[in-house]
Amino acid sequence: MNVLQEIFASLKHNKLRTILTGLSVSWGIFILIVLLAAGNGLQNGVTSNFSDRATNMVQMWPGRTSMPYKGLKSGRSLSFSDKQILAVKENLDGTEGESGVIDNNLIITYKDEYGNFSIKGVEPVYNDIFNLKFEAGNGRFINQLDLENKNKVIVLDKKIEETLFRKESAIGKYVQVGKIIFKVVGVNTKKERWGGGNAYIPFTTAQAIFNPDKKFYNIAMTVNGMETLAENEVFNDKLKETMSKSMYFDAKDTQALWLRNSQENYLKTMRIFGGITIFVSIIGIFTLIAGIVGVSNIMLVSVRERTREIGIRKAIGAPPASILLSIIIESILITTVFGYIGMILGVGLIEIVNVILQQSAAQSETGMSVFKDPSVQLSYVYISTAILILAGVFAGYMPARRAVRIKPIEAMRE
Amino acid sequence: MIKIENVHKTYFTEATSLHVLKGIDLSISEGEYVSIMGASGSGKSTLLNIIGILDNYDEGNYFLNGKLIKNLSEKQAAAYRNEMIGFVFQSFNLINFKNALENVALPLYYKNVSRKRRNIIAMEYLDQMGLKEWAHHLPSEMSGGQKQRVAIARAIISQPKILLADEPTGALDSVTSVEVMKVLRELNSNGLTSIIVTHERSVAEETRRIIHIKDGLIENEEQR
Repeated sequence: MNVLQEIFASLKHNKLRTILTGLSVSWGIFILIVLLAAGNGLQNGVTSNFSDRATNMVQMWPGRTSMPYKGLKSGRSLSFSDKQILAVKENLDGTEGESGVIDNNLIITYKDEYGNFSIKGVEPVYNDIFNLKFEAGNGRFINQLDLENKNKVIVLDKKIEETLFRKESAIGKYVQVGKIIFKVVGVNTKKERWGGGNAYIPFTTAQAIFNPDKKFYNIAMTVNGMETLAENEVFNDKLKETMSKSMYFDAKDTQALWLRNSQENYLKTMRIFGGITIFVSIIGIFTLIAGIVGVSNIMLVSVRERTREIGIRKAIGAPPASILLSIIIESILITTVFGYIGMILGVGLIEIVNVILQQSAAQSETGMSVFKDPSVQLSYVYISTAILILAGVFAGYMPARRAVRIKPIEAMRE
Repeated sequence: MIKIENVHKTYFTEATSLHVLKGIDLSISEGEYVSIMGASGSGKSTLLNIIGILDNYDEGNYFLNGKLIKNLSEKQAAAYRNEMIGFVFQSFNLINFKNALENVALPLYYKNVSRKRRNIIAMEYLDQMGLKEWAHHLPSEMSGGQKQRVAIARAIISQPKILLADEPTGALDSVTSVEVMKVLRELNSNGLTSIIVTHERSVAEETRRIIHIKDGLIENEEQR
């Protein structure tokens, strides 16, 4: 208590200088907190955009061969059949739900309302891959029974329901797809990022009614147990090789099969954000270091100015430890008090941004944002506190050593 | 009280060395009132600094109150200064952002006396110097004589064994000089061993023993 009283007296003596110095520390911490939170927010935003489908999804589309293969000329258009789904199931470890996707554009009619929509023939696992959303009262997705019985059931996106049914519920009603009547069993409320709404019917039904040649052009699946980019590379190669055998094309042909491995994309994106976080931390830390050096500098000036005072104290009988301690505590006091001011301002700014973002996200159509939930973890606050105290010690140590070395006689001669 | 045997002190600068004290032998007993006179550069201030444990010496022995003061750590030196020595300087050396009371109380801070208690004690000492009304004034608001009396109060608050005064009247006019010397004499008559360094004959004549220093050696002594 005594020590603090002494230190406050000397800080009060140099009020303006103390404040100006302290502000550099406030600024450093402020920048560090805001940058880290911004990095976090960016990462959260992008991660949430990934989460509207399974992150371990792999999709593939057949292309057109660009290399001759086993006597077959190049330039052949490829397509999938049930055989490829089987090949995936048999040859690749870790694949879980595989669904062929049959895509047709057809007119859907309900009473006087009609529109042209994309009709996807899919298997029940499609729901797990794309995370569709069925709220209470909105029915269900296509199930295994529909698939086995080739039921004429259809799931509509909310958008289609709104277009065709206005304010009515579509559940249990019948719509006409092309010339065939389907029963609506579910309404998906997940907002699509682009395009009009989709409608989903059982894969088998689509094969039977809309796809006489049994060819389709999209297979989606989820893959488990791949943590690293390298594992994804291996999987991609293996998938390509399996397909090349199954569909007769050269495994080196880059045009024959198109893959989209979202796990790979996810990992790559996360790697980028890891980089951004490191970059941003470095900027923040260097800003903070500049602040700390400022404090150290000002303490040095202060010690120089107070040479006489320190000399007097020593002559009166101040032990070296008390001089050392008082300078270091003074330094810690400056860094922590002003550091906390910066921290509070930084966290405050982030909270304000957060509220604004949440409001604007609630209003937006798709619920998508690049920037989301830019929070500061509590651990940052603890770490910052430790950094500030350490910073104070570092900033104060050199000047304090100098103060201890002051000889009373020389100090008082000045 | 003080026993100095063959003390030598040399100051070294980068190029030259300066042999300031060339073998001082001096003995001062308890309650004495001594002045040290000499021209500037004679070594009198250096001797005072050694006696005050503000500086160390190269050769010889110095006993203060029976303790050998030699090769002390900074911490020990500070403790001895706090305990045994009171300083009065020519330029007062008060801390300019502390008021008179706080200045006087400062030595007790380093003795870990509580703030409340040391302020009470400091007030008593200020009162003794006739400066009670000035307790809450800053040094910049006081006259030279008042400042020096505050400095004297600070020097004696820790009840030292000896009082060292380095040109205590050097910055004062003749009237206030007389006042300050009166205070010092009173302290001595109450039993405080006092040593005054001065180059003013009139100041030295106030004391009972005058030691003349020339070129780092004691030239002669006058007993009065």
